[in-house]
Parts: sequence; structure tokens; C-alpha cells
Amino acid sequence: MAEPKITMKEVESVARLARLTLTDAEKERMRRELDGILSYIDKLRALDTEGVPPTSRAVPMTNVMREDEPRDSFPQDLMLANAPDRSGEFFRVPKIIEESPEAS
Amino acid sequence: MLTRLTIHELGARFRSGEATPSQAAREYLDRITSFDPKVKAYLTRTSEAALGQAAESDARFAVKKPLGLLDGIPLALKDVFCTRGVETTCGSKILKGFIPPYDATVVAKLRAAGGVLLGKLNMDEFAMGSSTENSAFFTTRNPWDLSRVPGGSSGGSAAAVAADLAAATLGTDTGGSIRQPAAFCGTAGLKPTYGRVSRFGLIAFASSLDQVGPFGKDVADAALMLQAIAGHDPMDSTSAPVPVPDYAAALSLGVKGLKVGIPDEYFIEGLDPEVEAAVRAAIATLEDLGAQTQRVSLPHTEYGLAAYYVIAPAEASSNLARYDGVKYGLRVPGARDLIDMYSRTRGAGFGAEVKRRVMLGTYALSAGYYDAYYGKAQKVRTLVLRDFQRAFELVDVIVAPTTPGVAFTMGERADPLQMYLNDVFTIPVNLAGLPGMSVLGGFTRTGLPIGLQLIGKAFDEATLLRTAKAYEGATRWQERKPELAA
Repeated sequence: MAEPKITMKEVESVARLARLTLTDAEKERMRRELDGILSYIDKLRALDTEGVPPTSRAVPMTNVMREDEPRDSFPQDLMLANAPDRSGEFFRVPKIIEESPEAS
Repeated sequence: MLTRLTIHELGARFRSGEATPSQAAREYLDRITSFDPKVKAYLTRTSEAALGQAAESDARFAVKKPLGLLDGIPLALKDVFCTRGVETTCGSKILKGFIPPYDATVVAKLRAAGGVLLGKLNMDEFAMGSSTENSAFFTTRNPWDLSRVPGGSSGGSAAAVAADLAAATLGTDTGGSIRQPAAFCGTAGLKPTYGRVSRFGLIAFASSLDQVGPFGKDVADAALMLQAIAGHDPMDSTSAPVPVPDYAAALSLGVKGLKVGIPDEYFIEGLDPEVEAAVRAAIATLEDLGAQTQRVSLPHTEYGLAAYYVIAPAEASSNLARYDGVKYGLRVPGARDLIDMYSRTRGAGFGAEVKRRVMLGTYALSAGYYDAYYGKAQKVRTLVLRDFQRAFELVDVIVAPTTPGVAFTMGERADPLQMYLNDVFTIPVNLAGLPGMSVLGGFTRTGLPIGLQLIGKAFDEATLLRTAKAYEGATRWQERKPELAA
């Protein structure tokens, strides 16, 4: 049997990087399916690309500049209207930093 | 029945006074009520707003001052476009309930042209898929056979046009998501050149590949729709400041003397014999019309798919980082901290295919793998692009099958890789940024549509439309309609 392209440990590490909580069943299925897809993608290795420049987009484009003119922006309330949780004019999120014992 | 008419036929009735936009809107809304429960093309209907828009259009026609050829025409949009005040989900649970504060530029353009917007159409979640089976809500059915998929990701957009549930629609195409469903549903579907149409307000999947385009009941309708949405937009720095020609004028040019390339690599093992026969017959038709055909070679075609499944997921993993439960959409409660909230929200809000691609993209971009995957894929992209450049030194347009086979049954492609292989003939066009089109090229013995793909030079949509129109004029395929029992 061929060496697996991706291990369970790698699946867990990539899921952490991607900020995805996966169930154990999802992890196993993910490992199997990514293994198949990565094996297919491996056919790229057969191709000699020595000296070939990369293409990041097909239609060439350099920096696109515009005049720095003030324009109307959207009202704050409208921009906050879709937020799952808000506090006044802010998006509210769960705590980021551990509270120290003396802080209230 | 006004719902059977093309845009140009319907517009002529409005101008002559034989019909009004309100009548057309009501006929479409009635037909949606009767038949959409079978086809399931619509995620959201905007019936009341549509009737209001139609009434405004009535008033313009009454004083003989319509806004143009799209005035009063009932249209619908893939749910990937932001629509002001109308829920936009992108086929995902993570965006359920999202009400955009603004219109995408293409939506604003259709409104400004007097279009009557009937609603938002089903799609594979975040445009990732080839069947609409990845929609978080339901699977759209193929109007020609309700046990089969309409293709994807713009499956709702194709099915709506094929079933006369909209006069024309917009979709997006990142690896074939307009052309493949157009082929499966037997409509015209056009993916313009990268940069031809603004993507402002389009929910991003893979930003170096995504492009907006129309579905029409015939080639002339696709041309009309493209005319309405094409052009540079200051709000999208990737839209190209290239003049937009008169596409309607291109339609009548014919193909006499046109050089048509037939790529060897698109007639391979695995190509459905009925699809091959139809495409060969179409090539013969173009020859009868005066086109000069010749074989061309696109030797890196078979590597396009593998390169795409590195590049598109890599870009998607970055684009989809914005769904974090903070600014809009779903948030899963009860998290320990911020990172835990992100991870649980994304774990619950994304479907299996989206998770797979986010994982694949994150892996391909991660330290130690970047050169082997992403770097390599971008070099292969150059080779695919060069193939087309060489071919277009010899020919004006390339003709090929859109897909290796016709519409498959629901659940038939459970393995993700088998699903991906379906896009082998459409993906190279996105990698190269070129315009591509699918037109109805015939039917199988069992009555399923077959797509004929046309591929053009960058910003030369006019030649695609001209070729497609000449072919359509020589055949009668588009007279056939799917039969939907009430």
C-alpha cells in the first residue's frame, strides 16, 4: 500500500489553521478524501516546469490606482445590522484574553 | 404564453403594446408557483417587489419611453450576488438570514435597465460543486428529467431558464459553473473574459478565476444580457477598462471564412459517444456554413484540473476566512473564547464540500507545501495559458464538448474526485481567463440536452456569440422544451 499523502495528525493541524471544528467522523472522512484528491494532484509533479514563470491571474494587471477623493460611506447602523451580536456601535465577541484575578 | 418567449420576442410585444411587463411578471410568478415546487430553482422569491418594478415599467412603456431592451423583462439571480434588502445566502447555512446593505454592480445594472427581479436562485454552497447537491437547502432538479441534477454550481440559474421560470438569469463561473449547467439544461450560457464584468458585490470563491455571466433561452438573449452587465467598474479594480462592442451587431456576421479549431485533447476516452457525435455534427454544420475547421492541440489540458484543485481551494480558503461569526451570518453560542467561536461557527456553518476545499487550500498554502502545490500549480497555469495562445495564433474560435457526459442522476457522484472530473473541459478556460460559452448542441436518444462549447480569445465574446448564433440558426434544437406536468 502506498504511503498516505496526509496523516490524521496533519488533518488535525490543518483544521486548526483553518479554524474548523471537525467531528471524529469528519476527520477520518476528510483524511481519506484529501488523500485521494492529493494523489490526483500529484500528477502535476510529472510535468517539467523548470524555468516556467508562475501565472497568478491570466489577464495581466498592475497596480490599479484611483483618485483619493472622499465619498459617502454606509451608515454605521446598516453595517452593524447583520451582526450576530453587538454592543452599541461595536461588534461584540467572546473574550479574547484570559482575565487576571485582580481585574473585574 | 409570455413565459415561452425570448427577451427579444417579449420586448417586441411590450413595444407593440400586445403585452405589458405586469402581465409578463404575473405569468412568470404563476408559473413559478405551479412548477418551482418540482424544479426547486428558487431559494427566495421577491414577488411583490417584482410586481412593483413591472408596474413602473408599464408606465414607461405607456409613454413610449422604455429604458432599453431589458425594460420589463422578468429576470432572476444566482444567490451569490448581493441584493440590497433581499436575503443572500450563497447556498450556505453560514449566511442564512444575511441581508446585504447594497446591490452588486451587475444587479444595479439590471435594475437600472428596467429588469424585473423575480428572486434568488439555488446553487452549490459558495459555488463549490457541479450539481447543486452541495446547496445547504435543497437540490435543484433538471427540468428535462427531474431525477437528474441541473449541473452546478449555477444550477438554479440554468434550470430556471430551461423551465421558463425566468426569461434570463445571471450566474458565475469559476471552473465551469455557468457552462456546465447550461449544457445539462440545454440553455445558452456565457462565461465572459476575466475582467469583462464587474464582480463588486459578488460573494468571492476563487478571485483569480471567478467571473459573472448570463444564461439565456437563446444566443441573442445571452448577448443582450452580456451587453447590460459588461464594462469597467471603478468599484472592482480587476474589471478591465476595455471597450464593450455592440454584441447584437456581431450576431448577424455569420461564420463564413471563420477559422475554427478542434482540440484533439477534448476528444478522449471517457467522452460520452453521444456527446462526441453531437459535437462532430455541430462541427460539420459550421463547415457547411462556411467556417474553416482545423485540428489544434492543447497538450496541457489533462493537467488543468489538477492545477485548478490547488489554485481554487487555496484562494477559497483565504476568501472564506471572513465567515467568522462576527460581522454577519451564523454564530454558534457557548464558545470558550474567540478562536473557539470561530472554529465552532465554521464547523457548523459550512457543508462537507466547503470544508473539504478550505482544508485542501489551507494545506496547499501551509509551510513546507507551498512550492510543491501552489507554486507548481501556478506554473502549470502558465503552460495551459500558452497552449491557448498558440492555438489562437492559428484559429479564431475553438469548438469542443462542454462536458464529457450529460446530466447525471442525483447521488450518482458521491466521490468528490469523480464530481471534479466532470469539469475537465471547462476548467482550462478559467485558468487562462478566456471567454467560453455553452450552446444547445442536440439531444441524446433519451432526450437529455448536449452542450457545445465555444472558446474565444480574451475579450472576444463577440466571436463566440457570432459563431453560436450561426450554429443555432442552422439547427432547431432550441424549439424543444422540457415537459413539466402540472
